[in-house]
Amino acid sequence: MTETPKLTFPHPPARPDQSPDFSAIEVPEAGILDVPPLDLTSIDARPYANGMVRVLNDAGEAVGPWADYIADIDAEALLQGLRDMMTMRVIDQRLLNAQRQGKTSFYLQCTGEEAIGCGFQRQLSKGDMNFPTYRQQSLLIAAGYPLEVLMGQVYSNQLDPLEGRQLPVLHSSRDYGYFSISGNLGTQYIQAVGWAMANALSGDGTIAAAWIGDGATASNDFHSALLCASVYQPPVILNIVNNQWAISTYTGVASGMARTYAARARGYGVPALRVDGNDYLAVAAVSRWAVARTRAGHGPVAIEWFTYRVAAHSTSDDPSAYRPKDEALAWPLGDPITRLKDHLVLTGQWSEERHTQAEAQIRDEIIALQRKVEAEGTFVNPKPISPATIFKGVYAEMPPHLRRQRQEMGY
Amino acid sequence: MARMSMIEALRDAMDVMLDRDPKVLIFGEDVGYFGGVFRCTAGLQKKYGEERVFDTPINESAIVGMAVGMAAQGMRPCVEVQFADYVFPAYDQITQEAARIRHRSNQMFSCPLVVRMPTGGGIFGGQTHSQSPESLFTHVAGLKVVLPSTPYDAKGLLIAAIEDPDPVIFLEPKRIYNGPFYGNHTGKSVTWASHPGGEVPEGHYSIPIGKADIRREGTAVTVLAYGTMVYVADAAVEQTGIDAEIIDLRSLLPLDVDTIRASVEKTGRCLVVHEATRTSGLGAELIAEVQESCFWHLHAPILRVTGWDAPYPHAAEWDYFPSPARITRALHQVMEA
Repeated sequence: MTETPKLTFPHPPARPDQSPDFSAIEVPEAGILDVPPLDLTSIDARPYANGMVRVLNDAGEAVGPWADYIADIDAEALLQGLRDMMTMRVIDQRLLNAQRQGKTSFYLQCTGEEAIGCGFQRQLSKGDMNFPTYRQQSLLIAAGYPLEVLMGQVYSNQLDPLEGRQLPVLHSSRDYGYFSISGNLGTQYIQAVGWAMANALSGDGTIAAAWIGDGATASNDFHSALLCASVYQPPVILNIVNNQWAISTYTGVASGMARTYAARARGYGVPALRVDGNDYLAVAAVSRWAVARTRAGHGPVAIEWFTYRVAAHSTSDDPSAYRPKDEALAWPLGDPITRLKDHLVLTGQWSEERHTQAEAQIRDEIIALQRKVEAEGTFVNPKPISPATIFKGVYAEMPPHLRRQRQEMGY
Repeated sequence: MARMSMIEALRDAMDVMLDRDPKVLIFGEDVGYFGGVFRCTAGLQKKYGEERVFDTPINESAIVGMAVGMAAQGMRPCVEVQFADYVFPAYDQITQEAARIRHRSNQMFSCPLVVRMPTGGGIFGGQTHSQSPESLFTHVAGLKVVLPSTPYDAKGLLIAAIEDPDPVIFLEPKRIYNGPFYGNHTGKSVTWASHPGGEVPEGHYSIPIGKADIRREGTAVTVLAYGTMVYVADAAVEQTGIDAEIIDLRSLLPLDVDTIRASVEKTGRCLVVHEATRTSGLGAELIAEVQESCFWHLHAPILRVTGWDAPYPHAAEWDYFPSPARITRALHQVMEA
């Protein structure tokens, strides 16, 4: 008997009128995977690419070889990680609010994904360069980027180092290892490979980190980057943040029948690991391992950070139109801040009371800073940037036709 | 001085820059060990090593994307796209990334890269070995677009492009790689050996980007051309005996408007010639510039002779390629108006 070919169209586990359903997601036990040698090959990476590195178990304990690998990370460093994530979340809440008040045109939160950027950045060194997407502001937070500058960019005001050229959240900071963000998805992934090739050629010991979301892995530059990283073996970490959603599109539309994105990287000959992205300790451990491997010249490595996009895609999006309202609450890997907090409380390094106090304190500090930043201009109360800056930096030197256009404009 | 073909001049430019600046890198499909399908990079890998001159996967977006990352880091990549017809997978990286990084980062990052690509028809290249996509790049703020027509200009402009702090699209008219072409495809092919443009100084020199060259002085009509069309226009002018002034634009972005304007103010007439298709081609921009800045000096409508608005054909090559006969007719038309 023959069958007629039929197309498949992947669908999310649940739509708005249904109950959240993550039963298809396998969550391996924490602590069951080893720490592989730094010269791990793509062939030997199979269990890491198909499994999931997890350190914190359901009870909040740090378990297994990866926990041992970062046993020297002290309480102060973990509390710093917690503060980084809490700061990121408060900034997201405050700037979302500012957008709702019309003080900025647009905003993008990273709620639920704070651990990834915050944990990763703390393992990098000065001179390393991230090639982020628009959902990695957490890298800047953990890098100690001045928060008034971060907020000023979102308001396109006097504090904005980009002088209003870019949409909110599309930051750029050479000094803090944050490459200029483009609105065009995927493009930075192959650029990171080129940057890392230049690192290797100049022998300066620095590395590059590429970032991409699950949806954008479908772009051709994802393929370009994995292929060229495999061909030339530059010091680059290829991060894939799998938050299950690309605006309204379920991750299955980007992945097809493949089970993990990490496995896809292995197909290019690039070793890859899949990691619990909501486990700050797992993020710190795998980041440290990947940075050490890359810096030691063992070539590229890919990491799939498994997480969930809790917030709307952006301030222009309403997720209730395509997924259940409380889906985030059902997410099996929980919330990164809560999980790290619970671990620190369990181990006697933190308490619920101190956490509540810290939350209030961070909120107060951000609100005070936000007032100062808003005094430098918002969309409803602007302090205009000179329109002549439109023509600045199109080229290193202004060619005659741009000079004529600037004069035509009246400047 | 040495005698060089355009291929040799381009290779010499890369040789000079590889030698002068350790940050200069050359890569693309087949450019490494083999030395390029047009021999433009022959011998360079052997001389400078694989870390400076190397082969890439067949992926134009990857070639330019890697170069963007390298350039932002401080390298000076000069990459090759095998044919201009195959640049389109890299169009995103060129127009949305390379062209904008300086502006969007408020000069925190820049993109000093060169994308070389053989362009133009007249070689029975058919649909995907003959295109002239220059106007798809001259429409992009942040890019510079260069197209030489002699070995001398090719070397000087390529050195200038590699030294330029901004991204440069470097189009190489492959029809005149080995010698000038005057549009007579049944005639004997000539080499650069007998043309003054084939005299190329040794060592380092550069030709400023943004400066046109008056290739024939005249008083009756200004002909704006570039690449192979400089020679075809020259042949047509000789046939008519009209005292035309032929301007080789050399830089298509930025344009040397001053040289164009001074010429048209003198002649009062203007003809534009290019291989690329007519509608929204660079000719439209040239005509608009001349019309805006020279309106009161014009004695006749500005005409253009271009490729037809159709994909480049194989068998009907010489009915498509702007011929001396078509340019001759247009010259008479401009003069009679």
